[in-house]
Amino acid sequence: MARISLRNIRHSYVEEPSGEEDWALKSMSVDWADGTACALLGPSGCGKTTLLNIISGLLMPTEGEVLFDDRDVTSIPPDARNIAQVFQFPVVYDTMSVYDNLAFPLRNRGVDKKTIDRRVREIANMLDLEAMLFTRAAGLTADGKQKISLGRGLVRADVNAILFDEPLTVIDPHLKWMLRSKLKELHQQFGATMIYVTHDQTEALTFAEQVIVMHEGAVVQIGTPIELFERPHHTFVGHFIGSPGMNLLPCELDGEHAEFAGHSIRTEHPVRLKTTPDTLQIGVRPEFVKFAESGIEVDVTKVTDIGRHAIVETRSGDNIIRLLLPEGQSAPAGRAHLQFDPKHTQVYADGWIVE
Amino acid sequence: MARKTTNQKAWFLVIPVVLLVAFNAIIPLMTVVNYSFQETFGDNVFFWEGVKWYEQVLRSSRFHDSLLRQIIFTSIILVIEIPLGVAIALAMPKKGIWVSVCLVLMALPLLIPWNVVGAMWNIYALPELGLLGRIINGMGFDYNFTQGPLAAWFTTIMMDVWHWTSLVVLLAYAALSSIPDAYYQAAKIDGATPWAVFRYIQLPKMKRVLTIAILLRFMDSFMIYTEPFVLTGGGPGNTTTFLSIDLVKIALGQFDLGPAAAMSLIYFLIVLLTSWIFYTLMMNNEEK
Repeated sequence: MARISLRNIRHSYVEEPSGEEDWALKSMSVDWADGTACALLGPSGCGKTTLLNIISGLLMPTEGEVLFDDRDVTSIPPDARNIAQVFQFPVVYDTMSVYDNLAFPLRNRGVDKKTIDRRVREIANMLDLEAMLFTRAAGLTADGKQKISLGRGLVRADVNAILFDEPLTVIDPHLKWMLRSKLKELHQQFGATMIYVTHDQTEALTFAEQVIVMHEGAVVQIGTPIELFERPHHTFVGHFIGSPGMNLLPCELDGEHAEFAGHSIRTEHPVRLKTTPDTLQIGVRPEFVKFAESGIEVDVTKVTDIGRHAIVETRSGDNIIRLLLPEGQSAPAGRAHLQFDPKHTQVYADGWIVE
Repeated sequence: MARKTTNQKAWFLVIPVVLLVAFNAIIPLMTVVNYSFQETFGDNVFFWEGVKWYEQVLRSSRFHDSLLRQIIFTSIILVIEIPLGVAIALAMPKKGIWVSVCLVLMALPLLIPWNVVGAMWNIYALPELGLLGRIINGMGFDYNFTQGPLAAWFTTIMMDVWHWTSLVVLLAYAALSSIPDAYYQAAKIDGATPWAVFRYIQLPKMKRVLTIAILLRFMDSFMIYTEPFVLTGGGPGNTTTFLSIDLVKIALGQFDLGPAAAMSLIYFLIVLLTSWIFYTLMMNNEEK
């Protein structure tokens, strides 16, 4: 187990990168304390798998250093880094039994037979694979195979970190939930550093204590799930996390107050800008918008009932404002007024939060 | 239970296929079966002979010799071509422009007509004129494939390896390129040696195509005729007379239709049985 640090990592798949768009991964420095469960969250193609492969050593970064406990491992191959990685599609050695699959990483490292047997049985027990230990791995279902991939990662007791690359993609929904809680359980049991790549916010937010949101090859925000929800640092985080995402409304500035549709909006902090931005937006999550006697005038256009609450879509001029209505309350028809919770209302200049 | 509708008219749709198969396979084959049980002295007069020709062929040392030569030849080329083909496929580039260059180069020998291959190697290996012949003689070996049995075998095997290894390469390469990257990445992380990667990832993924490759190469080489006929004509003596060459000598050279027909059927059954046993074994193994 180890602390993992990236120092000024940059990566390009192009031979001689020239423009900004050539960099699949823009310059970043990140630290993972020993034993964190961290998620890398972002849409497809944002560079999260690239980042993961750099940590595991499958990919050599164009620039920068990877440190495990202050030891520079940038040019060390994956097997020598002592990490485990579980891939999007389950990888099993078809001709081997489940037992041999689990034993494979240990055998390659010359571990003695007794230890191998003990570890394999321990892991099989943990993953409920005991009953099929001596069947051929090729015949298993997708989730069975993914459990084997996972088991091969866990079987070495001394790994520095376990990396997951969207491991639940091919798993049936009801098993997804099971495997996810299994992962969480394993993390609590072992305390290993786990880095989990996903584009699914539910997966990321339930698994991780620290989430790194990535967008177009750059880290946009690092924080706990609550921080990401309550104070997105960038409009991207605002609309990527949460369902529905954050409302973003163009606004103007009147002194230190934001103004939208002729109303002065109270925000968390007074707005103090250093430069004049190209765009200025108010961001407020649907959870923090309420119907009120007075406030912003809107027309209610759509109500969608999603069980515990309803999503109400309203319109103010060209702007759509969504809000969540708790179960049992009904949305007014036609014209209504909205109020924003000032504690959870932020202003974004050129996409970034104004503090 | 739902009632099944029966409509016997569907049989009419099968008729064209039945006719086609009858004309191109069953009728010619039955003619051979017919000949194999009878004796003729021309004028379309036939006498029933029972299994006499079969007994004669199975007891003849000439048949035993060519069958033995055939088995040795096929075994040798399989032992060379399959591992060599896999090795070349493993060494070929995975991406970039060199992929197409290599693939085209590999496909070339397969596009050359079989008698041309025979003629090419005949000239190539001539001891005085041919490049190969002169090089081998230049190295101090006494090499003349028209006179030395060993030289004749060597040349025939070289020719077959040159002509057909590409087939194994192409099949193996196709199987290799269908292996997802994640397998290699996982193996790297599991600390697998290159040998383990070959043994547990590449070989299992190639198993099906290699089964097909072995079958194809077995059948083709077991029935080889044109190339050795052009290259050596079955000589020197009878040393490169394989089953097909022998069969043609009996059927067309000596016009012994009965023995030739019996031999054809035995020959056919050997190929069929061996292929079936091999295929069943490989596929059974897969299900376990």
